[in-house]
Amino acid sequence: MQKSLHIDPAKCTGCLQCEMACSYEHTGVINPAKSRIKVFNFEHEGRKVPYTCTQCADAWCMNACPVEAIVIDVATGAKIVKEATCVGCKVCTIACPFGTVNYMADVGKVQKCDLCAGDPKCVSACPTAAITYVDADWTGLDRMRAWAAKANTASVSA
Amino acid sequence: MGWNRKVLRVNLTAGTCTPEPLNMAWANDYLGSRGLASKYLVEEIDPKVDPLSPDNKMIMATGPLTGTMASTGGRYTVVTKGALTNAIACSNSGGYFGAEMKFAGWDMVVFEGKSPKPVYLYLENDKAELRCAAHLWGKTCWETEETIKASHQDPQIKVSSIGAAGENQVLFACIVNDLHRAAGRSGVGAVMGSKNLKAVAIRGTKGVSGIKDFPAFLQATQAGKKVLADNAVTGQGLPKYGTQVLMNVINEMGALPTRNHRDVQFEEAGKISAEAMHEKRPTDGKAHLVTNAACFGCTIACGRISKIDETHFSVKNSPKYWGASGGLEYEAAWALGAANGVGDLEALHYANMLCNEHGMDPISFGATVGAAMELYDLGILTKEQIGLEAQFGSAEALCKLVEMTAHGEGFGKELGMGSARMCAKYGKPELSMSVKGQEFPAYDSRGIQGMGLTYATSNRGACHLRSYTVASEVLGIPVKTDPLTTDGKPELVKAFQDATSVFDAAGICIFTSFAWTLADVQPQVQAACEGDWSMDKLNLVGERIWNMERQFNLAAGLTAADDDLPPRLKTEPAKTGPAKGLVNGIDKMKPEYYKIRGWDSNGVPDKATLDRLGL
Repeated sequence: MQKSLHIDPAKCTGCLQCEMACSYEHTGVINPAKSRIKVFNFEHEGRKVPYTCTQCADAWCMNACPVEAIVIDVATGAKIVKEATCVGCKVCTIACPFGTVNYMADVGKVQKCDLCAGDPKCVSACPTAAITYVDADWTGLDRMRAWAAKANTASVSA
Repeated sequence: MGWNRKVLRVNLTAGTCTPEPLNMAWANDYLGSRGLASKYLVEEIDPKVDPLSPDNKMIMATGPLTGTMASTGGRYTVVTKGALTNAIACSNSGGYFGAEMKFAGWDMVVFEGKSPKPVYLYLENDKAELRCAAHLWGKTCWETEETIKASHQDPQIKVSSIGAAGENQVLFACIVNDLHRAAGRSGVGAVMGSKNLKAVAIRGTKGVSGIKDFPAFLQATQAGKKVLADNAVTGQGLPKYGTQVLMNVINEMGALPTRNHRDVQFEEAGKISAEAMHEKRPTDGKAHLVTNAACFGCTIACGRISKIDETHFSVKNSPKYWGASGGLEYEAAWALGAANGVGDLEALHYANMLCNEHGMDPISFGATVGAAMELYDLGILTKEQIGLEAQFGSAEALCKLVEMTAHGEGFGKELGMGSARMCAKYGKPELSMSVKGQEFPAYDSRGIQGMGLTYATSNRGACHLRSYTVASEVLGIPVKTDPLTTDGKPELVKAFQDATSVFDAAGICIFTSFAWTLADVQPQVQAACEGDWSMDKLNLVGERIWNMERQFNLAAGLTAADDDLPPRLKTEPAKTGPAKGLVNGIDKMKPEYYKIRGWDSNGVPDKATLDRLGL
């Protein structure tokens, strides 16, 4: 079964444990500036929203890459950047409509979420289950369940 | 090593920024943040210095766990000689600013001297520069943060700044970061203002790489988070209700100081409680509370984000206050509310927003208004003097006075001195509900006896965050003690004071101690830092920090007479509730406490104590 990151912003408190876990997993340093998931804080609305790559099926970044540095991890479906191949041309960062591929000036390569080879560290780091890793075919399951719970199943007889 | 081993020294007089290595011998003795910065301060300034003179220094410091995945590892402290207290000051704040300082590669920044004109410090990793703040002077903390981010075209910058209160040297001015987190107490913002330092802006992209043993650290921090999640207070109570969960609890105990401590129960406590923040308002059908929020790295998330009632008199013509904003937290809700007899939740939220916006400690501000209202009630202050009718319970007066105080307008100038100086000026020094010039927080020590000793002996003036015996006396953490007796309280206070010093020095939030003991912190520190950080060592470090602060205060001219409570708490019994008939037993607890501390009858540490602690 293929799985997918599933984000529920309403549960996010803005603690940035996800950003710390992501950066440590990929760089060995606790450094939110290098995180591939970012939490956005909309102060005046009181909303915090984690945001990262959705792993498009037909991925703009992959199609745009002139050197085929972005490939599919067949085990997870993640579009991953082969750093050795990446030339840092940034075309993928322009192609991605969501801004989730970003250039790292210090190494001259791009980076994006790679689903940590099937064990996303942001998920295990999140204290409120705002980020989960669920069946890719059923990302709507929680919301369906919530609405199903509101369905009026009382008998109309009598 | 949890430290970056790097200190930035900013000489504001000369306009220079100079990096220097962190004194690792001191780090080994004082751990970090509160402990280590205090060591720097006591070594570098004359304890008798005027807090608002260029000779005072101000240090912003992180701890070894700041900027790490240790839960709540986002704290930073501001250490200086306090403008309000003339004692050592150490104010602690959450938000994201502390972690950013660490990510930029610094452990602390030492500010000395006074800039000839307003400046702000801009730190971008190793790059440090003082920049002109002429365009920021006069701006609120909120505008300052927004302006700096816009002018640098970098929304990821983190900012700590002062508002009008700090600029005007309101003696309880604070330093605000991330819009609504603050290094709140003792007037650290006034010190910053006296140095013409408007703000510190940081962008750090280097991260924390120097954890001694990463696998052990991940394991230890994970275990710590589980303890917090499984605990009823940190796992359920604080996320859902915030610190405001205490309002009804403390009121029922008869320990909610009301109308400048005339009463110990507030008849309108329910209207300003956590429960009230969850209820839908009749005016707009919305609840006051929007959501909870965490500081950096915090897995508790006690913070409150609320929206004011747009039809409330305080804001109906001011849409800029209609957005979500920080608060109310318990201390602010109490100080702005019960302390003045004001039961209007929206008015309290408004006053709290203005405290955040202009950079004022809502505890000292609220409590000083309470003292002014008592002077008004007694006829010592008049409507003409204050410029408005200031009877207890007046939400209108509260909302006007907050603006007047921050800007130093009219009677606001007098409120800005704090209650001790204001009450002394009007011949009633005994009506200031303070210790060492700093106003009490939200627990009446007649109903929670240990808090009397906590307040009297706190090194930074009256404060609940130096030994929060409420945990034991009310919540039974780690063991239940009787709040109505003084038995065992000197031991309890000492133990809490020493342990709290270590939590603060590590760079984590003291709220973890609802679930954690030092034994939960120890493995995290040990995995992060080089050297021996055993329980014995940490206990010693905590006691050493406490005694070092004490030594500074004694050298500054404070004496045992300053370890005392206002006469009201010692002679006027609680009128209602479980503590009815009781006064605080400070005179019984204090000598015993001095003895347990290894201090003489004048509160001076014995030579043997100092030798044992290496002081």
